[in-house]
Amino acid sequence: MDKSSALAIEMRGISKRFSSVQALDKVDLLVKKGTIHALLGENGAGKSTLMKILYGLYSADSGQIFLSDEQVEIKNPAQAIARNIGMVHQHFMLVENFTVAENIILGSEPHAPLGVLKQAEIEERINSFTSSYGLNVEANELIKDISLASQQRVEILKALYRGAEILILDEPTAVLTPQEATALFTTLRTLKEAGKTIIIITHKLKEIKAVADYCSILRRGKYIKTVKVDEVDEAQLAELMVGREVRLSSGKKALEAGEKILELQNISVYDKHRLAKLKNLSFDLRRSEIVAIAGIDGNGQTELIEVLTGLQNPDEGSIRLLNRDITKAKPKEIHDAGLRAIHEDRHKRGLVLDFTVSENTVLEAYPEERFSSPKLGILKAGAIRDYANSLIKRFDVRPADAADKKASNLSGGNQQKVIIAREVDADPAVLIACQPSRGLDVGAIEFVHRELLAQRASGKAILLVSFELDEVLDLADRILVIYEGEIVAELRPESTDEREIGLYMSGAKRQDEEAKVV
Amino acid sequence: MFKRILKKPITAIFLALIFGFIAGALVLWAAGYNPFQAYAIMFKSVFSKPKYLAQILVNAAPIILTGLAVAFAYNTGLFNIGAEGQYIAGTIIAAMLGYFWKLPPFIHPLVIMVIAFLAGGLLAALAGWLKNRFGIHEVISTIMLNWVVFYINNFIANQPGVQVFGSVHSHEIRDSASLLFFSKDYLRSEAGRAFLADKPFLRDILRTALSWGIPIAILLAILYWFILKKTRLGYEMRAVGLNKDAAEFAGISVPKNVFLSMFISGGAAGLAGAVVVLSYGLYISILGAHEGYGWDGISVSLIAQANPLACIFSGILFAFLRFGGQLVQASIQAPSEIINIMIGAIVLAIAVSSLLPRLADYLARKEQSNA
Repeated sequence: MDKSSALAIEMRGISKRFSSVQALDKVDLLVKKGTIHALLGENGAGKSTLMKILYGLYSADSGQIFLSDEQVEIKNPAQAIARNIGMVHQHFMLVENFTVAENIILGSEPHAPLGVLKQAEIEERINSFTSSYGLNVEANELIKDISLASQQRVEILKALYRGAEILILDEPTAVLTPQEATALFTTLRTLKEAGKTIIIITHKLKEIKAVADYCSILRRGKYIKTVKVDEVDEAQLAELMVGREVRLSSGKKALEAGEKILELQNISVYDKHRLAKLKNLSFDLRRSEIVAIAGIDGNGQTELIEVLTGLQNPDEGSIRLLNRDITKAKPKEIHDAGLRAIHEDRHKRGLVLDFTVSENTVLEAYPEERFSSPKLGILKAGAIRDYANSLIKRFDVRPADAADKKASNLSGGNQQKVIIAREVDADPAVLIACQPSRGLDVGAIEFVHRELLAQRASGKAILLVSFELDEVLDLADRILVIYEGEIVAELRPESTDEREIGLYMSGAKRQDEEAKVV
Repeated sequence: MFKRILKKPITAIFLALIFGFIAGALVLWAAGYNPFQAYAIMFKSVFSKPKYLAQILVNAAPIILTGLAVAFAYNTGLFNIGAEGQYIAGTIIAAMLGYFWKLPPFIHPLVIMVIAFLAGGLLAALAGWLKNRFGIHEVISTIMLNWVVFYINNFIANQPGVQVFGSVHSHEIRDSASLLFFSKDYLRSEAGRAFLADKPFLRDILRTALSWGIPIAILLAILYWFILKKTRLGYEMRAVGLNKDAAEFAGISVPKNVFLSMFISGGAAGLAGAVVVLSYGLYISILGAHEGYGWDGISVSLIAQANPLACIFSGILFAFLRFGGQLVQASIQAPSEIINIMIGAIVLAIAVSSLLPRLADYLARKEQSNA
């Protein structure tokens, strides 16, 4: 990086060790004032840790930090804020039952004596921010009533309100539609023009190309290099990040879809206020095909999964699996009938985190004779461990001795491998994969995709529920777009693009009934 | 390294014991007693006679059982505060069937214990059912049920035919129902006296109510540990306890396991009631307050960090502290409150320290997820 222009941030030789893991090993990071700087790396590469050190959430074991050439020590977020650093976390830190305005001023409320809030001043200051940066929010709405994209804008406003000159965003697009992401990028550019320095943590290469000026790459806690974004392409970035060549597309082969094995007819689900969560949903799934459900979070995907896996019964309609009616079946019966699911929420539904990996691998299979004696129900600990070890080996779960470790001690990618191993090994006819690559890095995503395609090649039907349009376009044979509990479009990946899907996802457009028959 | 030491449960217990004894010493000292003298008396006198050690085991048996009740439920994600009520249910069954039924020795106590187990179990399972059906938290329902059973006990103990005329308690159980190793009659008989004549040790410890209660409690602890760790049933229950959402998604029935776990839990407390009545309680009385075996079970389970096997030792430890405390009280006239404060301090210290391994886990996890 050329040293001529002023540096906003200079981090030198930052090291941080967590018990047995060297999270950061003498990492340098130089960020120029008034630029958008991407921090790229796989999960566990140390990028969040580095930023948390900058924001005072962690203290470094060694190394120095300079802000505008002045050496500083940042011991806690309050000191970071005082030095005009703001951070927008991946999980928003907002008070759901407060209004937008209340959240923005939280912790630095302008008030008259006796703690009376100065309402007029608050509104004026918030308005000045919203108008100058195009961050549109309704100051008097409650947080719980606004979209995730708006909540993110509130987080950004919160940081700006506290005088942030340096803004750190941790995986900012994870919860956004393509259109919302584009809007965010516009905002970031406006902020840059206003002289702010922005760091975005991400592992999405496309976004780096779209918005960043510079990109620093970390790999397993080590600093690799900083590149000027317009001088590299995505493949080069991926290679720098992973340390080897990565296939960015799955290289899916054309396959003839087979017979219908899962059929949903006119499924409707209502919540307790009689509002429809799923409206008259019908589709089918054939052997050797991947059907993707694309949509923004909260448009009925959760209900669809619950209905399919037996956690909830549909209020109307029917579901047939391999010519059996499973509309009202219990989860166990549905498993036995040949449907398995990888849940989007690994920690809540996928794993018992305090169980060992061994115990987790038999979460469904434990009643089988090979894992417990049929009569007395005594577990065969040896057989279970052998089975776990075989899966660990086959699916390359790390560490190799994970069998006796608690699932909570594994990284996200390896936890996901355990779940996928368990479900795939059960050899189901239908596999439902919800957000299978959520929070995973490029290497792990590659694994997940390869495994899904292998399942497809072996004649399984796969329902992929995903918010990631890249993934949907790359893997699916058919794409169903869900909006407010309805399927509003059925598309073929070869004849559509992100923009079009985005329009359907946001409800701006819908297909006629006839057009849906592709 | 620090974290590894933190993780060892025994470290926590050891620190807690030291802390508890120090806290107790401070209280003794503040109240004007010499703590060193008190502790010296406690340890010396407890080990002075085999009889005293036997008495500790006698006292330990029921609280090991109520401790097991709490520990078992805790392992499956449930907090059974109702061990006290389930214990009372067991005492009612034992006192009634021990007096009204006529069965041969050995069979009689065995049948009573099975029924007392069922009674305690069903009472707790009722709380499980309420949780499944109406979403009522088991802490609320079991506390309420404690009082329901408490007054049922008083009602029954007050019935003509049950109550010994002119007293506030029921008739004593029949000898055939006794759980004692040797019946009192036998020990007083010619044959009994001849048998014990050259066995001073045995003669001494049999002066206490040493009964089959203690082996039963130990066996049940092993059984419960085995169920939890080694069987399909225990696996299901632990899965439900640790993450009911994942268990449900994997096809494990949450309501079934909540019900069963409460049943198994309550059974142990019911059995505790039977063991007390069949060993030395002999009848039920009109109660003015809870006897506290169930509450002690919570402490025992806490000290054992909900490990069924550890409940054996923590039950004995708890009984030792109580009994040692009584001896101190008797010899230096320290008020019993002081002793209870000391025990309370130990339990509190253990409760805090039981967070240490979890703290270590949490730190490790936090580091990993942020790395």
